[in-house]
Amino acid sequence: MILLWLECDANGVTEISLETVAFARSLSAAGGGIVIRAALFGDVPEAARDQLAAHGVDEVHHVTGSAYDAYSGAAWASALQDIRERTTCVVVAAAGSPRGNEVIAHLAARLDVPMAANVLSFSGLAPFEVTRQVAGGSALEDMRLPRRPALFTVAGHSWTATPADQRTTPVWHEESPAVAEADLIARVSARGEAKEDSSGALTSSRVVVGAGRGAGGPNGFGGVMELAEMLDGALGVSRVVTSLGWRPHHEQIGQTGSRISPELYIPCGISGAIQHWAGCSSSKTILAINTDAEAPMVTKAHYAVIGDMHEVVPAIVAELKRRAV
Amino acid sequence: MVNVLVCVKRVPDSSSQVVLTPDNQAVDGRHAGFTVSSHEECAIELAVRLAEATGGLATVLTLGPAEATEQLRSALAVGCGAAVHIEADGVAFGPADVAREIAAVVRSHEAEGRGHDLVLLGNDASDTGDFQVGIRLAYALGLPVVNGVSTLEVADGVVSAHVDGPDGPETYSVPTPMVATVLEGGVEPRYPTLKGRIGAKKVELETRSAATQPAGAHRVRLRLPPPAPTTVEILGEGPEAAPSVVDLFEKLGIR
Ligand SMILES: Cc1cc2nc3c(=O)[nH]c(=O)nc-3n(C[C@H](O)[C@H](O)[C@H](O)COP(=O)(O)OP(=O)(O)OC[C@H]3O[C@@H](n4cnc5c(N)ncnc54)[C@H](O)[C@@H]3O)c2cc1C
Repeated sequence: MILLWLECDANGVTEISLETVAFARSLSAAGGGIVIRAALFGDVPEAARDQLAAHGVDEVHHVTGSAYDAYSGAAWASALQDIRERTTCVVVAAAGSPRGNEVIAHLAARLDVPMAANVLSFSGLAPFEVTRQVAGGSALEDMRLPRRPALFTVAGHSWTATPADQRTTPVWHEESPAVAEADLIARVSARGEAKEDSSGALTSSRVVVGAGRGAGGPNGFGGVMELAEMLDGALGVSRVVTSLGWRPHHEQIGQTGSRISPELYIPCGISGAIQHWAGCSSSKTILAINTDAEAPMVTKAHYAVIGDMHEVVPAIVAELKRRAV
Repeated sequence: MVNVLVCVKRVPDSSSQVVLTPDNQAVDGRHAGFTVSSHEECAIELAVRLAEATGGLATVLTLGPAEATEQLRSALAVGCGAAVHIEADGVAFGPADVAREIAAVVRSHEAEGRGHDLVLLGNDASDTGDFQVGIRLAYALGLPVVNGVSTLEVADGVVSAHVDGPDGPETYSVPTPMVATVLEGGVEPRYPTLKGRIGAKKVELETRSAATQPAGAHRVRLRLPPPAPTTVEILGEGPEAAPSVVDLFEKLGIR
């Protein structure tokens, strides 16, 4: 049996958690129809119930109780460990999100078994061999998971969150496994409001205009900001830009920044390093503006303009203004 | 007085093209050069700030080959006061092995009366991306751990660790001793001063050998992903492309 740890937001199960369910269905099919169990903690929005059925989850363990009111990696892993022992699951997986990696790593340490982070695919069941992203996605590693349970996280956006061919009627188990005091020492003790100007606008905007080293300096963002404003979009940047202190870190897109999935992403003067790509690859349409026609961002984009962003972007702004009158 | 141990790993500089070693077991940094991951640069900065603010000591530790002393010297140059080198072929050590080795050092320092109030690591290393050494270390030591910390303070033996959580900022209040893994972005790592560099050369390193045989990383091999085929449509060159760009906006219903 497969046990998945799934995350929810206000709208239901998160996209990358549903991608993990898609991965698990493929693993289940390869094993001749292995039962898929999902563990969810705390508040579960109504929409999640329908999603779990549509995505083919067989059994749901809904974990609540005072020990789980505030997040603690150790407490979460302790509950997962308890469920997995009772259900004898041989695989425990989660999405390769910060929390997914954290919870599975806790479980790996508790059980003293290996863990594979950011898995893309599996190639054999016995021995269980997986391929995962390493070096920020620029290389792949084939890795064996010889021990049971096999523990791993699924790399974000490597699978598509498509519903199952056949709906299930998941069996719900409401539970509240006991947790040792020691596992509650490191738990969230205070929470602040999400900052208005933090990554919220970036991850929810329909249009994101990106700027990288090509901006040239802290004063090189006037054009892209004007374009973003005219398109009702947000500004996002590469890590070179935040490392050089040209723009704040919360505007960073990528592996160590925000993951965006707008209708349109317009990266200007961004080379498209794999770590940046990791954060923007699920954009519906990408229009790259770059002086280098060979830059990975250009070759991976849907559309591109080859040229200096300091000339091209103002020309686009001017054209937008011309058509607006 | 807060004594911090900060653990770093010598990794290939990953800003350029990735090359694999001939045995396909590691990323080859011979041409790109070596560094530590950006999360670890921030962990060093946090360790040094804590030591400075409290009159304590920041000790840097690495497990790696002889050349990894370069990374220790860099950390000493920005304010760490002591350094531990576990001399070993890092590639043969899996995440659980590394955690066990660090735990052995922490315990031996404890036994010698120079224990650490806080152990900092990076959230994940930029080469192997395992996301687990800090957590395994915490379990090996029987200590609490907070993951993905961007900033932290220590007062009266309690660490306040700040994390950018999925729904906004979060704070953990955890008594020392504890382990924390650091995510870049909370602090700006400082550059070494000339004085710092000269001072770093004079510090005597504590050199140790591995305490146990490594079990390994279960790695079969590394591979480079195949290049993706391109289907890009070039709308034009230079400012003359602007009308085609705005046509595209209209087609996509953006304007
Ligand atoms: C562990 C790790 C995590 C990372 N996480 C991230 C992350 O989250 N996000 C991220 O972005 N990066 C991340 N990186 C860094 C990443 O590897 C790249 O170094 C970075 O994305 C490059 O930024 P850039 O594209 O702005 O700069 P460069 O790679 O220097 O590219 C600049 C581009 O601009 C073009 N250009 C120059 N001048 C102009 C001009 N006038 N007009 C138009 N085009 C021009 C050039 O042709 C080039 O393509 C990470 C790296 C590591 C190792």
